[in-house]
Amino acid sequence: MIRAPKCEMTLMVNGEKHSIVARQADTLLFVLRNYLGLTGSKPGCLNGDCGACTVLIDGTPIKSCMILAIETIGKSITTIEGLHDAPIQRAFVEQFAFQCGYCTPGFIMNAHALTEHRPDADDETIRKWLESNICRCTSYREIEQAVKSVLAEGQKQE
Amino acid sequence: MIGKSVIRKEAWDKVTGRAKYTHDYLETGMLHAKLVISPYAHARIREIDTKKAFSIPGVRAVITGEGLPLTGEDLRDRPPIAFEKVRYHGEVVAVVVADTLVQAEQAARLVRVVYDPLPAVGSPREALEEGAPLIHERLGSYQKGKYTYPEPNTNIAHRTKIRKGNMKKGWMESDVVVEASFSFSPSDHIAMETRCATAEILPDGNIVIVASTQSPFMVKRLISAYFGEDVGKIVVRTPLVGGAYGGKAPVQLELLAYLASKAVGGRKVSVWNTREQDMITSPVHIGLEATVKLGCTTDGYIKAAEILFLFDGGAYSDKAIDVTRAAATDCTGPYHIENVWCDSLCVYTNHPYASPFRSFGHCEQAFAIERTIDLLAEKLNMDKLELRMKNAIRPGHTTPTQVLLNQSNVGNLPACIRRLYELIQWDEWQRIEIDARTVRAKGVSCSWKTSTIDTDASSGAIITFNPDGSVNLMSGVVEIGTGTKTILAQILAEKLKMDINDVHVKMEIDTQSTPEHWKTVASRGTFMGGRAVLEAADDVIRQLKDIAACILRAPIEDLEVGYGKVFLRDDPSIYIPIKDIAYGYKYPNGNAVGGQIIGRGNYILRHLTPLDKETGAGKPGPEWTVCAHAVEIEFDKRDCTYKIIKAVSVIDVGKVLNFKAALGQVMGAMSMGLSFASRETFLFDQYERVLNPQFRTYQPIRFGEHPEYIADFIETPQIDAPYGARGVGEHGLIGMPAALANALSIAAEVPLNQLPLFPELIWRTKKGEQYDSF
Amino acid sequence: MIPFDLTYHRPSSISEAVQLFEQIQKQGKTPLYYNGGTEIITLSRLNLVFADAVIDIKHIPECRVLDRKQNELTLGAALSLTTIEEANPFPLLAKAASEVADHTARNQITLGGNVCGQIFYRETVLPLLLADCDVVIAGKSGLRQHSIHEVFDQHIRLEPGEFLVQIKVDPIYTTMPHIHIKRRKQGNVGYPLVTVSMIKKERDLRVAFSGVCPFPFRSQAVEEQLNARHLPIETRIVRALQQLPEPILDDVEGSAEYRLFVLKNILTDMLIALEEG
Repeated sequence: MIRAPKCEMTLMVNGEKHSIVARQADTLLFVLRNYLGLTGSKPGCLNGDCGACTVLIDGTPIKSCMILAIETIGKSITTIEGLHDAPIQRAFVEQFAFQCGYCTPGFIMNAHALTEHRPDADDETIRKWLESNICRCTSYREIEQAVKSVLAEGQKQE
Repeated sequence: MIGKSVIRKEAWDKVTGRAKYTHDYLETGMLHAKLVISPYAHARIREIDTKKAFSIPGVRAVITGEGLPLTGEDLRDRPPIAFEKVRYHGEVVAVVVADTLVQAEQAARLVRVVYDPLPAVGSPREALEEGAPLIHERLGSYQKGKYTYPEPNTNIAHRTKIRKGNMKKGWMESDVVVEASFSFSPSDHIAMETRCATAEILPDGNIVIVASTQSPFMVKRLISAYFGEDVGKIVVRTPLVGGAYGGKAPVQLELLAYLASKAVGGRKVSVWNTREQDMITSPVHIGLEATVKLGCTTDGYIKAAEILFLFDGGAYSDKAIDVTRAAATDCTGPYHIENVWCDSLCVYTNHPYASPFRSFGHCEQAFAIERTIDLLAEKLNMDKLELRMKNAIRPGHTTPTQVLLNQSNVGNLPACIRRLYELIQWDEWQRIEIDARTVRAKGVSCSWKTSTIDTDASSGAIITFNPDGSVNLMSGVVEIGTGTKTILAQILAEKLKMDINDVHVKMEIDTQSTPEHWKTVASRGTFMGGRAVLEAADDVIRQLKDIAACILRAPIEDLEVGYGKVFLRDDPSIYIPIKDIAYGYKYPNGNAVGGQIIGRGNYILRHLTPLDKETGAGKPGPEWTVCAHAVEIEFDKRDCTYKIIKAVSVIDVGKVLNFKAALGQVMGAMSMGLSFASRETFLFDQYERVLNPQFRTYQPIRFGEHPEYIADFIETPQIDAPYGARGVGEHGLIGMPAALANALSIAAEVPLNQLPLFPELIWRTKKGEQYDSF
Repeated sequence: MIPFDLTYHRPSSISEAVQLFEQIQKQGKTPLYYNGGTEIITLSRLNLVFADAVIDIKHIPECRVLDRKQNELTLGAALSLTTIEEANPFPLLAKAASEVADHTARNQITLGGNVCGQIFYRETVLPLLLADCDVVIAGKSGLRQHSIHEVFDQHIRLEPGEFLVQIKVDPIYTTMPHIHIKRRKQGNVGYPLVTVSMIKKERDLRVAFSGVCPFPFRSQAVEEQLNARHLPIETRIVRALQQLPEPILDDVEGSAEYRLFVLKNILTDMLIALEEG
């Protein structure tokens, strides 16, 4: 029953298995950044309020500061580093949907999940999902345009 | 190239998670600091016991405030770590350094500090009352700048006086007078990246700081000035910065990182703010109490302005002094008023200390002025835009600090107002009842701003070549999100007539190899950095022509540079590729001439003067950007809730250099202004402790709460600026609080003179009025 | 960041979870049941929660049930709020859930976690109180099922070592006319200024509140006054609000006075909508 506060854990991140020894109390965000060098997920509040650390766990957006790394054993984790040429990335670039870029990875992960899960999302659904992230530079209008452009593109192809 | 919506150079790094910010440079062996902060707003420190903290394994040092020099840019009133007493909730009282952040945190909780609480001062008016507790007992003994005027034995850190014209005459000429008071508490910048700095002191005495800052070059100067280190031995690196908005202009954590590294034998130490500490321990957005009195003729010409700004500078003056001075500089708003009296005070309180906030004192003063203009219009029964148009500042007028305006140094406000008038269909309606409970209203405001930075501030640029003829651009402007580095690349590409993709930009700042840019503040990056880049480009062109003249056997005067070549103006078929001469030209026999071409350029602000102590006369900045704003809201008369429907800013930017980037700057600034005005404030308890230093209870605007934004531009070139462009980074913000307050005041039919405009505030104001009428 | 060390345990059955809790406690350590985990992580940062061990109950099959039987709706305590929103087995609950925190956070926040939370809003409990639901609780002596009114008074009253496994709702409540209104200080995200849930059972209104007192509640006295239909709505509301169990909250979200004002308006709207509808 007595176990060491640190233990070995194997996490599946961006399709790769990683075995690390971390504190059982470590959050996923801390492990991604400090053990795996995946610094794309950003600490903005460590309190689940800002969304800058959002990653996908089995496809669902989750704030990685609010989940223990050890909880994610056996699950598939996708970070911003695991997105390659996703339409939402290009849309963010083209729509000028970021400035300082700090909230961007979290915003993109959430928006990416939205466009994947809810390709027919209406304005209300977009709002419900994206109000989870705070951006301090843009007016959000640019982000809205980026997300809508990806949704529109998806609908066109169907 | 100019005007095109070129995608920012670091765009792909930012959407792939590869863009690195200060705290992303994690290193094995780096130590971590945790700040122990004061739970009191004002208290004597009786005792600090650090023994228990050392019981946590991995703790390497615990630093307290004894024996440290006082710091502060204009007035040295702040110990980097509190000593003898604390003056605000959140002030650093000790710094714990440990192997890991968790250990540092655990140990920080074991540092025992015994305080004797003192009565706390909660507002500027309270601070100025007879017998108010003195926050700085030794104010008179502090080292200060030449143009800083603290008033010992009071809580006044600095007073800026504006005395223009003849007030007596102004009031004599005035038929109608309005006076009103305004206030708001301190709030915060909440950049998404919290502030962070690391420091390492190498065996040879070199000090390497990596910091999330707008002022890497100032960090270097200040560490040298405060601690007597050789300035040449201090190297400051700044990678991408995750939002700044003025909050990263002051130097704070860098000093702690330096002290921490020193305490552990020079090892690298990281000091990184939690969100809560970033909000209250590090500098905040200033608060204000203001009284404005305006007099005008019956036909609406403003003849006199008497303005009192009592800024809540918080516990330490630092950059707040400058902010309060800037507010005084442009105190009348963009209006031609011949008789002006203004006192702008930087007042000490027991609140977190203030720093610049995007617009540098301007959105604050504009709220007071523009609300008063609306009150004046109401009293005159005059159209609100007409009153503004009548008094709009124009070339030939003088500013409050008596600078004579001309066609170049001020934009065209009447044109902005006219455009605004059309964009918001002002003539259709200004207040309209939708149904028994719902009303829509439009509020307007105008604004202006010049920079008020040091009169000798300068910016430098260096251009080097790659073997393929592409160029590298190095500028000291920090990429804080404004895209200025990309704009500078556009300016260079335009000048050298080359593909923007062949301009490579060095994103990071390294004070050892990047030429200085004073500070990345005040919307001055494009102007100063751009002038430096243009000069560096001229330098490169001159050198290229020099060597090409020799090879092409043609006089320099006949040569042109562009499209990757140096060519004959009258016969472009005779040319030499730049790549063949950028690293010297090699003749077929192996002989070489020339050598690598390095372009240098710099720009120093000219003809600026400090403000006169008694009258404020002086030239604070090179130009004034002018703007007109509007906000349309829908108001629920019963619940006092509202929705922001539309926000408009028309800005005379001189010249649009990158259309989408300019839109982004303006719309982002508008969003920040509306967020500040509608919901952002610190809430204090009766002991002046901050109750809401988290996003849970300090909620900025979120996605879906954003209105429709319209940003539009007028282009009146500033003759001495690159392609005529004026500053634009802050201006969308300035008029937003006032326009929102004006719209809501119209809708609710009560004067709303406080911020933020929570529905509860509107409800209370309305209720007060009803009570009065009984 | 959790600033203390803990061990993490993931039992796969109820009995295993309960045993783990007991064993850890016997070692003189502090165990905590762990569901979505967001509140434990949040509060531990602020030194308001401590645990030597957390026992994650999310993987216990009974805690994950979402079962719509004809005479009983069963909701596992480990269901995320977004799962409940999307499946929508109980529209009023789905609505209440959808107003908690934000969408990404709700992917993690669980029904059980919200009901048993320390942060005092616990807004998903409002529909449960109105629906007279049952709660299934696991403890040393196995499972026990009770009416929520027996175990929830301001907050859930569990014995040491117990945890919430399921909520059982009579489906008749899922189709009743209802309204849920959450009003914040400003904006669409965040803690409530006041939250009110109301359903209409036959002719009677039931109402539950959060953000009014430092705990969520449903009060018979309040309902009696609201249902005194022979009186004008305004009078009923005034009388109902005199029956609040504690003085109205006065905090950073809003003053007591203002909350009262908002509450009156919300109740007026609700009464008009449900009585006329």
